[in-house]
Amino acid sequence: MHIPDGYLSPSTCAVLYACAASGWYAALRRVKRSLGSRTIPLISVFAAFSFVVMLFNVPLPGGTTGHAVGVAVAAIVLGPSAAILAISIALAIQALFFGDGGITTFGANCFNMAVIGSLVAYGVYRPCAANSDVRSRRRVWSAAIAGYVAINAAALATAVEFGIQPALFHDAAGTPLYAPYPLRIAIPAMMVGHLTVAGLAEAVITAGMVSYLQHADLGLLRAESVPLLQAEFATNAVRESRRIWWVVALLLLATPLGVLATGTAWGEWSASDLSDPRVRAEIATASRSQELPSATPRGLERMSTVWTAPFPGYAPKFVKSPAFGYLLSALFGVGLLIAGSLAIAAIAKRRDRAETQT
Amino acid sequence: MSSRSFLESTLQSFAKALSRALLAERAAHERGLLQQLDPRVRLVGILGLVVAVTLCRRLEAVVALFAAAIGLALLSKINLWSLCKRVWIVVLGFTGLIALPALFLTPGEEWKTLPWLHWTVTNPGLHTALLLVLRVETAATLTTILVLCTPWTHILKALRALRVSPEIVAMLAMTHRYAFLLIETANQMFESRQSRMVGILSPKDRRRVAARTAGVLLSKSVELSQEVYLAMISRGFQGEIRLLSEFRMTARDYAGLVVFLASGAAVAWWGR
Repeated sequence: MHIPDGYLSPSTCAVLYACAASGWYAALRRVKRSLGSRTIPLISVFAAFSFVVMLFNVPLPGGTTGHAVGVAVAAIVLGPSAAILAISIALAIQALFFGDGGITTFGANCFNMAVIGSLVAYGVYRPCAANSDVRSRRRVWSAAIAGYVAINAAALATAVEFGIQPALFHDAAGTPLYAPYPLRIAIPAMMVGHLTVAGLAEAVITAGMVSYLQHADLGLLRAESVPLLQAEFATNAVRESRRIWWVVALLLLATPLGVLATGTAWGEWSASDLSDPRVRAEIATASRSQELPSATPRGLERMSTVWTAPFPGYAPKFVKSPAFGYLLSALFGVGLLIAGSLAIAAIAKRRDRAETQT
Repeated sequence: MSSRSFLESTLQSFAKALSRALLAERAAHERGLLQQLDPRVRLVGILGLVVAVTLCRRLEAVVALFAAAIGLALLSKINLWSLCKRVWIVVLGFTGLIALPALFLTPGEEWKTLPWLHWTVTNPGLHTALLLVLRVETAATLTTILVLCTPWTHILKALRALRVSPEIVAMLAMTHRYAFLLIETANQMFESRQSRMVGILSPKDRRRVAARTAGVLLSKSVELSQEVYLAMISRGFQGEIRLLSEFRMTARDYAGLVVFLASGAAVAWWGR
């Protein structure tokens, strides 16, 4: 999964460096806030540990062996932010010192394995483990699933990065200039090895380590022996949510900008658009002069009458100004989402309370 | 795979990592062309060439950079055979295998048809495969030359010249140091396991050995980080990192930097 130099175009590398950098920035800020001066020794030693785990040959069912990345166990023990940093540092040592993975593709490798890997591993482990006992078998299975899914998510991201190269970067004759295979080849080629071998290696090592820690060093699974990491798991929710509310408010105020956009979004045509000659000409231009069907497809026509939106085209019928209509639609949409989230949170809270009482 | 070969292959991985580090230390102390330049010039110059080769779209430009990389290796007294074993064969095996189907799958004008198999190699397919393999070979050769000619501590200090934050540089330095300590620890654990093993482990037990060794290593790593932190505190660490830099740029270093950047820019322009 370590992408060497030369497989990705410079612009892809630049975009993925920017994505990884935003992950590093956010992770470093969170870790520094929770760990303070302990950040450097803890992340460094954990990165060294990840580096050594990557050298392990993990025996797999069927007689083969595979190498693990150790991303899931880092996310489980340290939390996602510290795991992002530790895995990135381990990847930097591999790239700079052992030539495993490129320099121009370092951002891509970190984004795939450290950022996506850590976030997916943590995102899968927490709900799977839920409130189960730290010693339970469920924790072991959750760790295995988290490791398996995290590696495959990272592999999928890598495959997508490879697969978009021929479409985006080719010469005048259409000859690919970087990774040569389109998505339909890159994704299965990459995923076969990861769904069968690499994902299994990560699942085996993560589950085995969690099982070992349950018997030998339970504190690590409770984040007790790394006391300051508790802050990582219990973030300052009020401050975080206040910032999010400000962002939502700003975005709401900016919604009338949507009316400045002209034309129809590609692929979001209604049945009436396909019968309007002016819109048909726009669609044909946007589709590289691909010929459109002479009449509106019957299926589209039939399905378009199944559900009529209360605010079609973000323009409620009782509002004259399109900008105000946009703002009103945005307020309505955000309000619905908040109400839905609050309802789910209330149900979850009631269930938690019931479980604690039993 | 038998239990013995599983332990041996893991031990081999550790030995390979250690021998690479030793080889790099030895080559870094030769008196070659690159070794005489300031580490910052080496880092910026070689990174510039790696970016140039990534930008190149013409085969001739990539070939020219590959030839330049070989020349640089010779002038820096790097053993070409070790470069061949460490980089060229490995990259050819890996990237060559990936690029091989592109010879036949890329649509375009026919170049040749393979006898017996009757598979058609197309001109665009050949161009794509050659460009990919040569570009990866060149970039990997340049990166390896940088690593072989520059002690790790110098690379870290040079990273500061690229405005990498001191915390990140300190983390890289400590990771490098403790990676070798943990490799040594894991090595001892596997060796002691191997020395006490009489029969053949079942596949399940092999997985248990690997996972438990990793688990013990994890516990030791966390303990080690606490010890390192206390040692840092005892020496007056207050959370701020300061790195010393004793590098001084000379006229030769400036000339080297200009040559590196100008040739990188010229090749990137030619190969665009």
